[in-house]
Parts: sequence; C-alpha cells; structure tokens
Amino acid sequence: MDVILFLIFAAIAVVCGINVVVQTHPISSAISLIGVMGALAVLYLLLGAEFLAAAQVIVYAGAVMVLFVFVIMLLNAGAETRRGRSWMAQLLGVPLVFAFLGLMAYFVQHVFPGSAEVRFGAFKHGTAQDVGRALFTQYLLPFEVVSVLILVAILGAVVLARKELE
Amino acid sequence: MNFFLLSLIKAAVVAFVLLTTLAYLQWVERKVIAHIQVRLGPSRVGPHGLLQPLADVIKLITKEDLIPPYVNKFLYLAAPFFAITMSLLSISVIPFGSEIRIPGGTTWMQLTDLNMGLLFVLAVSSMGVYGIALAGWASNNKYSLLGGLRSSAQMISYELPLSMALAAPLLLANTLSLRHIVEQQAGYYLGFIPRWAVFQMPMPQIFSFLIFLIAAFAETNRVPFDLPEAENELVAGFHTEYSSMKFAAFFMAEYANMITVCSITTTLFLGGWLPLWPSAAGSNYLPTVVFLLAGGIALSHGLHPARKPDRLTLPVVAVVFFLVAAVFLIPAVQAALAPLFWFAAKTGALLFLFIWIRGTLPRFRYDQLMAFAWKFLFPVAVLNLMVTGLLVAAFS
Repeated sequence: MDVILFLIFAAIAVVCGINVVVQTHPISSAISLIGVMGALAVLYLLLGAEFLAAAQVIVYAGAVMVLFVFVIMLLNAGAETRRGRSWMAQLLGVPLVFAFLGLMAYFVQHVFPGSAEVRFGAFKHGTAQDVGRALFTQYLLPFEVVSVLILVAILGAVVLARKELE
Repeated sequence: MNFFLLSLIKAAVVAFVLLTTLAYLQWVERKVIAHIQVRLGPSRVGPHGLLQPLADVIKLITKEDLIPPYVNKFLYLAAPFFAITMSLLSISVIPFGSEIRIPGGTTWMQLTDLNMGLLFVLAVSSMGVYGIALAGWASNNKYSLLGGLRSSAQMISYELPLSMALAAPLLLANTLSLRHIVEQQAGYYLGFIPRWAVFQMPMPQIFSFLIFLIAAFAETNRVPFDLPEAENELVAGFHTEYSSMKFAAFFMAEYANMITVCSITTTLFLGGWLPLWPSAAGSNYLPTVVFLLAGGIALSHGLHPARKPDRLTLPVVAVVFFLVAAVFLIPAVQAALAPLFWFAAKTGALLFLFIWIRGTLPRFRYDQLMAFAWKFLFPVAVLNLMVTGLLVAAFS
C-alpha cells in the first residue's frame, strides 16, 4: 500500500515539477508548483512526518504560493514567448540531463544503503510534540538565528519597497 | 462492525446532514435578514417558504451552463470544484458528539480523529483561497480579477491573527487532536462554571475567542469583510462570470466554510459537545424543554394565526416539535443525542451571530480592512498569545 501510494505521488510530484518548467504561462507554472508541494506533503505523510506534511501545505502551498499567484495576478503577467535557443543547449541538454540523473542515482545508492531507516535528524517521530521539543532544545540556537535572519529579510523588504522620502 | 462499512455509513450521514444544513442555512439566513429588515422573506414556495431551497436547487441545475469565451477554460472549470472540495473537506475531523453505542460496539460522532486535526483544518482552509483567487483570474474579467486579488490579500492577512488566536487555547489544551481538545475542557469550576477554553484558568481565552471570530468573518468573506464580492463596486466580484451549478458551488462553499468555522470555534473555545452546566443539574433535559417551548410557541401562533394557512401549518410544526421533545426523553436516545444537541446549539448560535451581523453592519473600506488586520488584530493576537504562554508556564 505504502509503495503504491509512494509511486503515485512521486510520479505526480515529478510530472508537476516538469510541468513547472514546460508551461509558458506563469500561472500554470505556479499551479504546477502547488501540485509539487501537495505531492511532497503526501510523501512526508507516508514517512510518518505528519507535522512536516501539514507545515508543507500550510506554509508552502497555502502561504508562499498564494503570494506567488497574487503577484502574478497583480502584475497581470502574460505568457512568455519562445525564443530561439542556443545550439549548445539543444545539443548538450539531453545528454547532460541523463548524466546528472545517473550521478544522482549513483550517490543515492551509495549514501543510503537499501534497508536503512529514514531519519529526520534528531526527530524521533514526525509529530508536533517531537518537532517542537527538538526545535526548542537541541536546535534552539539555529532556530533563533533563523528567526533573526527572517526579521532582517522583512526589514530589508520594507526598506526596498518604501517610497523615497524627500 | 467492519471499519470500512462503518466509515462509509458515517461519511454518508455527515454528507447528507451537512448538505441539508447548507441548503436550509440559506433559508434561515434569508428569513432572519428579512425579519431584521421588517420583511417576510421567502414565503411562496411551501409553507413559510420551507421548500425555497429545493426550488433554488432546481433553478440552478436547470439554468444554462455558460462558459464565456476568452476564459482560461481549465482553471475556470477547476476553480469552483476546488473551492467546494476544500470547504467540505475540513468537516471530516470535527467531533460532533461523544461516543455512542451502535450494534456491535461503540463509535465516535466524528469521521476521523487526526493527531494533527487542527493543522489539517488550517492546511485545508489555507488551500481554499485558490478557488476564489483562480476563479477571479481565469474569468478574464476586471471585476472578477479585482475580487480575486482582494480575496487573496484579505485571506493571507487575516490568516495571521486567526492562527495566533488559535494557538493560545492550544497552549491550554496541549494537544492538536480536536477530540482531545474538547475532552480537555470537561469539568466545572465551583461546580457550575464550565472549564471551556473561554473560561479556563489560568488565562480565560475570551480575547482569542473574539479575535478568532473576527478573523473568521474575514476568512469566510462575510459581511463586514465581504469585499471580494462587494456588489456595488465589483458587480459580483470573483464569481461574476459564473452561472448555474458552478455559481452554486461557490455559494455552497461560502456556507460550508461558515459551518466549518463555527464548528471549529465551538470545539476550540466553547467546549464542543460539553453541556453548559453539569448533567447532574439536568443539562440532558434541556433539549426536551427547548423543543417543548418551541412547540408551545408554534401552537399558540397557530391558534391565533396571522395569515390563513398558518392555522394548519403551525400546529403541524408544533406536533413535530412535541414529538422530538418526547424522543429526547428516551434514555438511550438522550445519552446519544444530548451532546449532539449541545454541539448543534452552540454552532447554531454562532451561525445566527454571522447572520445577525450581516443584517446589522455595513462593509469596511479596503484600507480600513487592511489597517485593522495588521495594526490592531495581529498585535493584540500576539500579545494575547504571549500573556497566555507566560501564565501557562507560571502555573503549570
């Protein structure tokens, strides 16, 4: 059952991921990206990381992507036109993709032995309690540093977006 | 009983009750608004307009299903489907009542109790905005686009105070499962003050209750925050280009969202299916009393009818109410249905508040809406969360 569900949602994630690149209209790309997020959430759920799955949907699919869609709608961006591509990209693109995929497969095979259990760092299970405990004990310093970083980013956005005061 | 069979039966019952409630909530809303505005409301189709929802459904189904040219066809068709799916989904984790006995065991009056039930509701509701935003964009109409833009901006803004307000009672409950949140609110202070989150020590959640309710009005696009469909500015907002069942899907989604939000408020703040006073003091007999009173009022109006058909219809209603009152006296039924009655009563009171406010308050201006969310509601919600956290840490 798990394997079947994994295959289905992994396939959805990959197809949506390819669709993000292939689509010419930004809205279609954004919606494909939402599909990727949703499929990833299901994959997290299959691994037992329920909090991560919920956070994935709430934060990425529900907040970040809403902002993306909002900005695309606000700017009323149209479909992009296909221009001629360089012969280099056309010639080397497909072989390079296969080489990259092969490399990835090779490393995944070697880094994760076949029967290893999936682990989320210090998180024993994926429930909200476990994630919260790990965040506020073991990973307290990185957590606080990241929150300061985000604050700096917000202030930067405000400064950049502010109208010039005479 | 077989788990799948049981789940299937429960899902069918919940879906049937929910859809009927949706249809009749709209009738109630029209009646209440009408009486607030000193009108009669729907009164032609059936006695007291009771068959009006049915007539509306038939009208909407048989209407021509227009797809305007120049729309983005895929998204235009997907948006209402998405909106209705997301709004109906979160009802699956809401606990309607306590454990009941069925042939071959017991079961909970809840479709499923997720470990992270509340996060599930948040996730689903945060996805719901796509239905409206994409409907506005795909319609290729400037009013629709403006409605969609307003709605996404409004829902993102109000999701913050909503989540902050929701986090405070979670600090008291110490769980994310909706069933455990309710169970955690059982009991009484001094024997008569319920331990609902709005009254619970060390920090009564009255402020987060109010913040949550205000943010919920905005999240469901209801008056006074109904700017996405402000009809005097935007024709009909995001659903201007929709007709027939696709329009009905948006309409149903709005009412389903209202029911969900009221159920969540009841569960989180008002003790879910728990009664207001202990069952030792006779809280289980309240349904009987309420239905007897309702039947008595209907009967007295039937004896002094304002209009001719009332002489027949109101006594029939009274008899139905008396029968329901009698059914609630059977011990087995009482044990099973009294919690459900309390849940429905609280949720119904909140729904009435939604309707009442629609009949009372004018619409906000757009800048007022944003300023209110960011400059007032959000800071208050954060402050409330901090105070709650401090008090919980100090007293535990």
